[in-house]
Amino acid sequence: MLLITCPYCGARPESEFRCGGEAHIARPPQPGNVDDTAWADYLFYRTNPKGVHAERWLHAHGCQRWFNMLRDTASDQVIGIYAMGKSRPDRPKT
Amino acid sequence: MRYSILSVLSQALQGNTGWKPVWRDAELKPAYDIVIVGGGGHGLATAFYLAKEHGLTNVAVLEKGWLGSGNVGRNTTIIRSNYLLPGNIPFYEWSMKLWEGLEQDLNYNAMVSQRGVLNLYHSDVQRDAYARRGNAMRLHGVDADLLDREQVKALVPYLDFDNARFPIQGGLMQRRGGTVRHDAVAWGYARAADQRGVDIVQNCEVTGIRLEGGRVVGLDTAKGFVRAGKVGLACAGNSSRVAALAGLRLPIESHVLQAFVSEGIKPLIDTVITFGAGHFYISQSDKGGLVFGGDIDGYNSYAQRGNLPAVEDVCESGMALMPMIGRLRLLRSWGGLMDMSMDGSPIIDKTPIEGLYLNAGWCYGGFKATPASGWCFAHTIARDEPHTLNAAYRLDRFATGHLIDEKGAGAQPNLH
Ligand SMILES: Cc1cc2nc3c(=O)[nH]c(=O)nc-3n(C[C@H](O)[C@H](O)[C@H](O)COP(=O)(O)OP(=O)(O)OC[C@H]3O[C@@H](n4cnc5c(N)ncnc54)[C@H](O)[C@@H]3O)c2cc1C
Ligand SMILES: [Zn+2]
Repeated sequence: MLLITCPYCGARPESEFRCGGEAHIARPPQPGNVDDTAWADYLFYRTNPKGVHAERWLHAHGCQRWFNMLRDTASDQVIGIYAMGKSRPDRPKT
Repeated sequence: MRYSILSVLSQALQGNTGWKPVWRDAELKPAYDIVIVGGGGHGLATAFYLAKEHGLTNVAVLEKGWLGSGNVGRNTTIIRSNYLLPGNIPFYEWSMKLWEGLEQDLNYNAMVSQRGVLNLYHSDVQRDAYARRGNAMRLHGVDADLLDREQVKALVPYLDFDNARFPIQGGLMQRRGGTVRHDAVAWGYARAADQRGVDIVQNCEVTGIRLEGGRVVGLDTAKGFVRAGKVGLACAGNSSRVAALAGLRLPIESHVLQAFVSEGIKPLIDTVITFGAGHFYISQSDKGGLVFGGDIDGYNSYAQRGNLPAVEDVCESGMALMPMIGRLRLLRSWGGLMDMSMDGSPIIDKTPIEGLYLNAGWCYGGFKATPASGWCFAHTIARDEPHTLNAAYRLDRFATGHLIDEKGAGAQPNLH
């Protein structure tokens, strides 16, 4: 059981949450202007790393708010939690 | 050695001292025409059909662990061909036909048992959906019977038919579905491929894919560099990582699926039963344990072990279907890594890199596909073009819009 610290409610069991998949996938601002390959990449292609993964979580059976999480997919260990809209904390800022 | 009644009798007389290892533990040679990465069911079947159907035997299968350490030895052994969509039905039915002849083909007892697969329905809407599925199957020459409540009751009287929330109204039965001993599938294909000259190299992880001018020339492995004319990837669960060695991104997420076995009991369930109101399926192994499973854990993971919420969910679904299993003790549970593709369907195709072929995205339904997957992948590699049976399993379908969304769940790998 993962213990997940919702930034709004505190530490709660995994079963209250729902994972929303990889984070920071930006929708192309003008979908009409990208080709099919770029659109498919946005919709379907994923990084799927073994190691640190940035992903979105929803506190579905709690405050119902979304947040981001860094988790190691090899060990399932939660590394960090940060708000929606913030950039990935382990990436150098540009 | 060919297995037969005579070989068994003569071994019995010799006190079983003459049995030989089932395949050679091959050393890696410097070069092969074709190298298959991944010694699971699909990789081994591919090597076997390359040799048998196409006469290609200068072939190696490289496996990072031991044979059967991946999903081929972790699944719940169910085979069926009860699909709905045109791209899927002929492929899975071909797989079923290959299962039906497999033991003769391999000269190996894989305990193929066509004990039937029964999908229960619990509402009028679900009955209509199963009627449609059954009709689609029959139109393709696949067996399917829509059973009403009384017919299901006659087969499996111990289910909770009058469950307050999910009363059982009937089921869709595919009698030719069933179970197969999964380890024997890996061993049987390995032995038959080995006998035709294929090298099976264990403990040989592929760590690099070398390209020259846009084509594959060889692989870096735990046992050194090997040159390869063509490379086929069959690394279920790890496909994204291995494809990334060649710079490819895939429409796949790796997720954990768990399986469970109870203590052994006397024969009780003589078919495979799936719950229609939750994700739960159950059968009984020949050793007597009830074998069951349900949903994936719900987030990307390479941990190869499951988490407790999924255990609870599976057990709750089991109790809703068959309350009597509450008296049983759970003996073992384990997890395996699956490629969850974004439309729930697999990929058997060439890649944009010349000489590199991809077999991936099997989600949790790839065991039943093992023979046809190997057969079609061998064809695709040998002929450099897909067979009509796997023509729909293209890698570029995500860009062209030809998705095969059997479940109608959309681009959500954790819903398939
Ligand atoms: C719990 C569970 C239950 C399931 N139940 C069913 C079921 O009832 N019916 C059904 O049809 N399907 C089922 N499946 C799905 C099915 O098991 C898989 O889809 C199928 O086995 C995948 O193909 P495979 O046998 O080739 O995979 P694997 O046996 O996983 O083979 C892939 C191999 O690639 C190797 N590999 C990975 N990376 C490298 C590398 N870099 N170098 C060399 N080798 C590498 C791995 O070690 C592994 O042995 C289940 C899966 C699980 C986990
Ligand atoms: Zn919360």
